[in-house]
Amino acid sequence: MAEKLVEIHQLCKTYFVSGGFLNPQKRPVRAVDHMEMTIDRGETLGLVGESGCGKSTLARLLTGLEKPTSGQILFKGADIDSFSAEELKAYRHSVQMIFQDSYSSLNPRQSALSIIKEPLTIHRIGDKKTREKTALDLMAKVGLSAQHARRYPHEFSGGQRQRIGIARALVLHPELIIADEPVSSLDVSIQAQILNLLVDLKKDFGLTYLFVSHDLNVIRFLADRVAVMYLGKLVELAPNPRMYDQPLHPYTRMLLSAIPSCDPRRKEKKTAIRGEAVAENDRGCAFRNRCSYRKAICSEQTPELKKMDERHLCACHLAGSI
Amino acid sequence: MEPLLDIKNLVTVFDTERGSIRAVDGVSLQVRAGETLGVVGESGCGKTVLSLSVMRLLPANGKIIGGQIVFAGTDLLKLSEEEMRARRGKDIAMIFQEPMTSLNPVFRVGDQIAEAIRLHQQLPAKQAMALSVELLREVGIAEPQKRARDYPHNLSGGMRQRVMIAMAMSCHPRLLLADEPTTALDVTIQAQILELMDELKRKNKMTVVLITHDLGVVAQAAQRVAVMYAGKVVESAAVEDLFDRPLHPYTQGLLESLPAAIASGPDRKQYLRTIPGSVPDLYHMPPGCRFSDRCAHGIERCRREEPALAEITSGHHVACWWAAGE
Repeated sequence: MAEKLVEIHQLCKTYFVSGGFLNPQKRPVRAVDHMEMTIDRGETLGLVGESGCGKSTLARLLTGLEKPTSGQILFKGADIDSFSAEELKAYRHSVQMIFQDSYSSLNPRQSALSIIKEPLTIHRIGDKKTREKTALDLMAKVGLSAQHARRYPHEFSGGQRQRIGIARALVLHPELIIADEPVSSLDVSIQAQILNLLVDLKKDFGLTYLFVSHDLNVIRFLADRVAVMYLGKLVELAPNPRMYDQPLHPYTRMLLSAIPSCDPRRKEKKTAIRGEAVAENDRGCAFRNRCSYRKAICSEQTPELKKMDERHLCACHLAGSI
Repeated sequence: MEPLLDIKNLVTVFDTERGSIRAVDGVSLQVRAGETLGVVGESGCGKTVLSLSVMRLLPANGKIIGGQIVFAGTDLLKLSEEEMRARRGKDIAMIFQEPMTSLNPVFRVGDQIAEAIRLHQQLPAKQAMALSVELLREVGIAEPQKRARDYPHNLSGGMRQRVMIAMAMSCHPRLLLADEPTTALDVTIQAQILELMDELKRKNKMTVVLITHDLGVVAQAAQRVAVMYAGKVVESAAVEDLFDRPLHPYTQGLLESLPAAIASGPDRKQYLRTIPGSVPDLYHMPPGCRFSDRCAHGIERCRREEPALAEITSGHHVACWWAAGE
């Protein structure tokens, strides 16, 4: 049995958004809605979903950048909400994030070297010399050369900037890396280079990844398990090839058949693709209005996440029978 | 048959502080009536500049310095600005990646479509408005009467792109230039927009140039494909030929570097194939083939002499010494 690095229990995050300046009444939006999930040590857990499904909010909750409205996040068995200042600092040492937009997540006035070694300075690790050496070694590991050290973010290409972001995330030797769409803004040929790098680093540093992406093909390449979110809820979780071969949730099926195939002869869609994700605060399945299998029960009861077998979870009343 | 759009040896340059760059450098392309031509390439390859050149909507520092853009027998580059304006939106329409920046945030979407209609057709306001509601219905917007009174920010990204398409369709253009129309959208919305575009194309016998970085989108939506690299077309072919037998090492590299290209599961390969290096600096183009630095097949001639686009098999053109059997 793999060690559980992270356990998420009944996690909720509600934001209040105003309906515009003429309509001051604030409306609650459940960005993350009773999430249950674990991340095993050493695995790559792929988290997919479309914009607004709450995947980035979940990532921010995990890093402690946001506080949950209710529910728990356990890291190695300890509730991160109960951490003392000291423990919180240690937690932030072990959990690092890689962002989508490498340009806005790097300080334009800092050189690459200074960006990469900054976490060491903040956590007071080593002296000036060893910090610099650690940062330079890491630059080499992520495919940047020593001559890049004194350059500023605008002098790098998108792919190189993402390498800087990766080096910064690794410099503290974290246990868990949360990568939020790290290759989404890169061109395909560069995307492949970065994905390969992430595979290598995982082995070298013994990392665990939570890899957030809207791209099911990228997740298919990297992930050991795949979690699918829809409007704040986990709707399906399965091991990698299985999620693609035998998806159970109608939403997962819709997502998979929406990926444009690179085979020009395969044009037929298996699933009807329709509608947009619209959150409604009522009971029942959130996906029912777009679902072609809808039955009466779907509007009456919110489906619970059920174990379909040992490793396959699905939140659908009709799972297994459609 | 005469192509509807015949681009011959087009050269578009930009003057920048660091000097002049050739964003589009000698591109020749034909688009046949009724087809969808996919133009693929990575950022900076010149695909957007190509479409803006056809519309003659280049930013102030951009200039077309050579070539012809023949649309239905007329060279668009010889038209006066006034004549060009009469064609823009009427004969040739364009949709962009980010509908939010192409729509005016302070006007209702119905009014914006009606404005486009009245620019090219002498119609009373009321009739134009009725037509605009009809167009919204046609692009699959539910309750079009009500939605016409919405402002762009009231609509989702997918709905906004539908509004842009309605506006583009308002004067029944013969040619639609779509620049990354689904890039900002989620996959399930993308699938719906691509389907809508295909349906409208058939119904209105329209010709489409679809510019995208997404090879899957091209495979699904286009009949022919042109691959661009560093301001040049390096390969063009029927869509099946291109995906079955890519000839240019760059096209081959692109297709192999897709995560979708490898099997998943226990037998999956450990690594993706990659194209080493990155796109050449537009200010310092290598003298020979622009891909030669990154190419595994590079021969001596590639570094000296630039290959021209040559027809290898029927309808399949490639600009590569190696593929041409040198």
